[in-house]
Amino acid sequence: MNILDQIGQKEMEKTLAQRDIPAFGAGDTIRVDVKVVEGTRERIQAFEGVCIARKSDGINSSFTVRKISYGEGVERIFPLYSPRISAITVIRRGKVRRAKLYYLRGRTGKAARIVESTRDRNKATTTETNTSATA
Amino acid sequence: MRCGTIARKIGMTRVFAEDGTHVPVTVLKLDNCQVTQVRDAHRDGYVAVQIGAGSRKVKNITKADRGQFAKANVEPKAKLAEFRVSEDALVEVGSMIGANHYVPGQKIDVAGTSQGKGFAGAMKRHNFAGLRASHGVSISHRSHGSTGANQDPGKVWKGKKMAGHMGAERVTTQNLEVFSVMPDEGLILVRGAVPGSKNGYVLVSDAIKAKRPDDAPFPAGLVADIVAASEEAKAEEAKAEDAPVADATAEAAPEAAPEAVEAAAAEAAAEEDNAVETPEADADGEAKE
Repeated sequence: MNILDQIGQKEMEKTLAQRDIPAFGAGDTIRVDVKVVEGTRERIQAFEGVCIARKSDGINSSFTVRKISYGEGVERIFPLYSPRISAITVIRRGKVRRAKLYYLRGRTGKAARIVESTRDRNKATTTETNTSATA
Repeated sequence: MRCGTIARKIGMTRVFAEDGTHVPVTVLKLDNCQVTQVRDAHRDGYVAVQIGAGSRKVKNITKADRGQFAKANVEPKAKLAEFRVSEDALVEVGSMIGANHYVPGQKIDVAGTSQGKGFAGAMKRHNFAGLRASHGVSISHRSHGSTGANQDPGKVWKGKKMAGHMGAERVTTQNLEVFSVMPDEGLILVRGAVPGSKNGYVLVSDAIKAKRPDDAPFPAGLVADIVAASEEAKAEEAKAEDAPVADATAEAAPEAAPEAVEAAAAEAAAEEDNAVETPEADADGEAKE
């Protein structure tokens, strides 16, 4: 492993010691608990929506969550290993056929629905870690 | 004024600070960084330390260079550079400088050879605005404009900014911050970007525009200090573990410890170093046990 990967690995392990990262992919509805600093106080703010993309690149891994807030589409990109995230929870598994759900951006309401998947991603991950998004 | 070091640029990555903010860092590696020569005021007219880094095959060095390295009794180096130092900051020839030369939070200047851009136009090279996209401009949207007046002076002034070769020149970035130091691996993590391409050699020195931190080792942080620190930690551990049993290793440990201390005491800041490095060294010692 080269030096940069080693440093990244160390950082990732630091984060994994703090919290688990559940198996999730595009199409899943997830809740991200983000640590927010207000003045001197720190509190946790939840951001709930559909994960529309995941990027896997070691320490640079990230995921995009999209939700409709007061009729306006909002997207947030989180670094997967950020210490500012206190927890990621999967609320609903979605059945999708794309890794990146950018087509949702043009849609609202009924057209933007995602069918719930009956497959258990946790069980599937052992064989399907790389193709988890297609589940 | 301490001597600088030669480092190899490994590349950039990101790390997370304690407060959770993400920090882009450049990873620099001190690779066989050794003092190869000392210039003194009496003989050379100035005071400096010549540092060598990397390694080169013996068959690839000139006879003259071979003589120089032989005199210093060091392995042939791939890169040599001189750093001006104050007279009290001279370092002995042959001493290996480690990443503990720098302390986190310290400001440094890094000089390297910038990435070559080839023949670049005036817009890229000098940030000219170029010409307009329409209103009669044809073909020359990215050209520079006028290069001067007419019959008087009747020439283009020397130094006029024009298109030409860009990059592949020495560039110094000042006041970069050392984010963290990994002495065991010889790595320095610098916040932000450093001039030059990956695997290129860069010259790292204390920032000339910032005060050197008091806990930075003077005149230099040596690899010997790191080794001494880890050995000392190991000896202490062995002592602690074997004290009730009192076997051979326990007897060897007290002997080893004073030696290590002596070696370290050569450096003024050695004790502080040891304190800082002990946790890591502990882990090392455990692994070796």
